[in-house]
Amino acid sequence: MLSEKVKEEIRGLFKKYRTKRSACMAAMQAVQREVGHLTEEDMREVAEMLGINPVRVHEVGAFYTMYNVQRPVGRYHIQVCTNLSCSLLGAEHIVNVIERRLGIKVGQTTPDNKFTLSTVQCLGSCGTAPMMQINDDYHEDLTEERVVEILDGLE
Amino acid sequence: MEKVLLKNVGKPDSHRIDTYLAGGGYEALKKALRMDTEDIIQMVKDSGLMGRGGAGFPTGLKWSFIPKDPTLQKYLCCNADEGEPGTFKDRSIIEHDPHLLLEGMAISCYAIGADTAYIYIRGEFAFGARRLEEAIAEAYQKGYLGKDILGSGFSLNIHVHRGFGAYICGEETALLESIEGCRGQPRKKPPFPALSGLYGKPTVINNVETLACVPTIISRGAEWFASIGPEKSPGPKIFGVSGHVNRPGLYELPMGTPLREIVYEHAGGIRNGRRLKAVIPGGVSAPLLTEEQIDISMDFDTLAHEGSMLGSGGVIVMDDTTCMVKAAYIINRFFSHESCGKCTPCREGTTWMTSILKRLEYGEGRPGDVELLEGLCGNIFGRTFCPLGDGAVMALRGALRNFRQEFVYHAENGRCMV
Ligand SMILES: Cc1cc2nc3c(=O)[nH]c(=O)nc-3n(C[C@H](O)[C@H](O)[C@H](O)COP(=O)(O)O)c2cc1C
Ligand code: FES
Repeated sequence: MLSEKVKEEIRGLFKKYRTKRSACMAAMQAVQREVGHLTEEDMREVAEMLGINPVRVHEVGAFYTMYNVQRPVGRYHIQVCTNLSCSLLGAEHIVNVIERRLGIKVGQTTPDNKFTLSTVQCLGSCGTAPMMQINDDYHEDLTEERVVEILDGLE
Repeated sequence: MEKVLLKNVGKPDSHRIDTYLAGGGYEALKKALRMDTEDIIQMVKDSGLMGRGGAGFPTGLKWSFIPKDPTLQKYLCCNADEGEPGTFKDRSIIEHDPHLLLEGMAISCYAIGADTAYIYIRGEFAFGARRLEEAIAEAYQKGYLGKDILGSGFSLNIHVHRGFGAYICGEETALLESIEGCRGQPRKKPPFPALSGLYGKPTVINNVETLACVPTIISRGAEWFASIGPEKSPGPKIFGVSGHVNRPGLYELPMGTPLREIVYEHAGGIRNGRRLKAVIPGGVSAPLLTEEQIDISMDFDTLAHEGSMLGSGGVIVMDDTTCMVKAAYIINRFFSHESCGKCTPCREGTTWMTSILKRLEYGEGRPGDVELLEGLCGNIFGRTFCPLGDGAVMALRGALRNFRQEFVYHAENGRCMV
C-alpha cells in the first residue's frame, strides 16, 4: 500500500504537467525511493491515482532500466559502468574485485541483503573512469584499493 | 580562448546564484527582455550556433519554425539526457553552473514565446537533478523565474523531469513521449516538434550546452560568437576526452581545434608512452579515426566530410594495446541493450551483431563472420525508425574499415592478435 507521504508527493506532481499521466515516471520514482522496489499492488495504486490503465504503468516499469519492478535490491545497489571508456581503464577488474570482496556475481544480492551488484551502460562520467554508482552517489577514478575502502566503509 | 561555458566551473560555490550574479549573471536575460523576440532569434541565427546535442542543427533556424501565434501554448525542453557513451559535458554545467543553463533557457523561452519549460535529465544524475531544483528555487526567489520576470510581463516556469534509464530518451521525440509518461519510443516525423511536440504543441528541444551558449550570444553579440572557430560552425565547444590519455577531462576550446592538439596538448598525450591506435571523435556512434587521420578540424562539416561526425564532442582515445574486436563488441552491446524495440532492423539487427561480435571476442568465431557482420550492417543502415540503429552501424563500419584484419584474425584463429 502506498503511504500517505508518497500519495501526497504524487498529488503534488500533478501541477507540473498538463496531464496526470505525465506524472507516471516521477510517481513510480517516489514509490521506489520509499520502498526500494515496485510491487504489483503499488503500481496498481499509482495507476488509479493517475486515472490510467495499470498496463500503462507496467510498461513504463518494464521499459526504463532503473525501476526495480518486483525485484528487490540490497540496501546498497552497486552499479559498475562497463562501457568503453571505463572498460579501457579497467572496469572488468573493478567488477572482479567487487565480486571477490562480496562473494557474489553480477546480478546477485548478498544473503544479508546489504549489496546488489550490477553492471550498467555509460553513466556520463567517462573522464573520471573507471567508475561506479552506489545508490545515488558516483564514485570515480576507482582503483582496487579505493573500491575496497568504499565497500568496507559502508554501514 | 576566453572561457564561456566552463568559466565558473571550479569557483567556490559556483552553483549558487550569488556567485553567478557576482560574475555578471542574468544581465543577458535583462538585456534580452528589453529586446524584440524576432531580433533575438535573428541574433542567434547570425551567431551561427549549431546544436551541441549531436546533430548540429542551426539553433536560430529551429526557433524560427515555432509559430508566432501568441494564443498557442508553446514549450521548451532542455535535453539533459547525456547518454552517448564518451560524453560527460552537460553534467558539468548542470552540477557546477546550473544558472548558466537556466538563464539560457529563460532567454530561449522568451524568444519563442514559451511560458513552460522542462529539463529532461537522465535518472542517474540524481545529484544534478538536486542541484537544478535548488537553482530553480533560487531563481524564483530572486525573480528570474516565475510571474512577470523583472517587470517585463514575461512569465516562465521551469520543471525538472527525471528519466530513469533509457538512452533512447535522448532522441528528441522519445524524450517527449517520456515527459508525457510513456515508454520512450520515437515518434514519426513529420510532424516535427516545432509544430506538434509536447502534448501536441509547438516545442523546441535543445541540448544543455546549446542553451548555455545563448546568454553569451546576447551579451557579447552574434559577431563575437561567430568569430570563434570555423565560419560554418563557430563558437566555443566543450570536448570531453576519455580513455588512454594522461589528462582525461573537459576542455573548452574553439570549435575547429585540431584533434591532434586536443589529444596531445590538452589531454597530455597517450599514457605510459604507448602509441595511439584509434580515436572516436564524438561519442561511440561516431566512426573512429586512426593515427594518420587526426590532423583534422573538430567541427561538424569537416568530420562529416571525412566520414565521421562531431556528435557530442566526446573524444575516446585508444592506445595500441586495445583490441578493436572487443571495443566493437562493447559498443554494439550498448546499442542492442538500448534499442527501444520499436523497429525490427534495429531490435533484431543489433542483437545479432552483438552475438556475432561476442563469439568473435570469446574465441568462438566462425569463418565468414566478418562478411556476415558486413551484410547485417547493410540491412540495418537507413532502414531504421530513428538514428539509433544507424549509429550502431556507423560505429561498427568504422572499426571494420580500418581494422578488418583484426576481426578476420579473431574469426580464423579464435584469439586476439593484439
Ligand atoms: C539515439 C539518440 C540519442 C540522442 N541522445 C541525445 C542526448 O543524450 N542529448 C542530446 O542533447 N541530444 C541527443 N540526441 C539528439 C536529439 O535528438 C536532438 O537532436 C538534440 O537534443 C537537439 O538539440 P540541439 O539542437 O541543441 O543539439 C540523440 C539522438 C538520438 C537519435
Ligand atoms: S564509459 Fe563509463 S561513465 Fe562513460
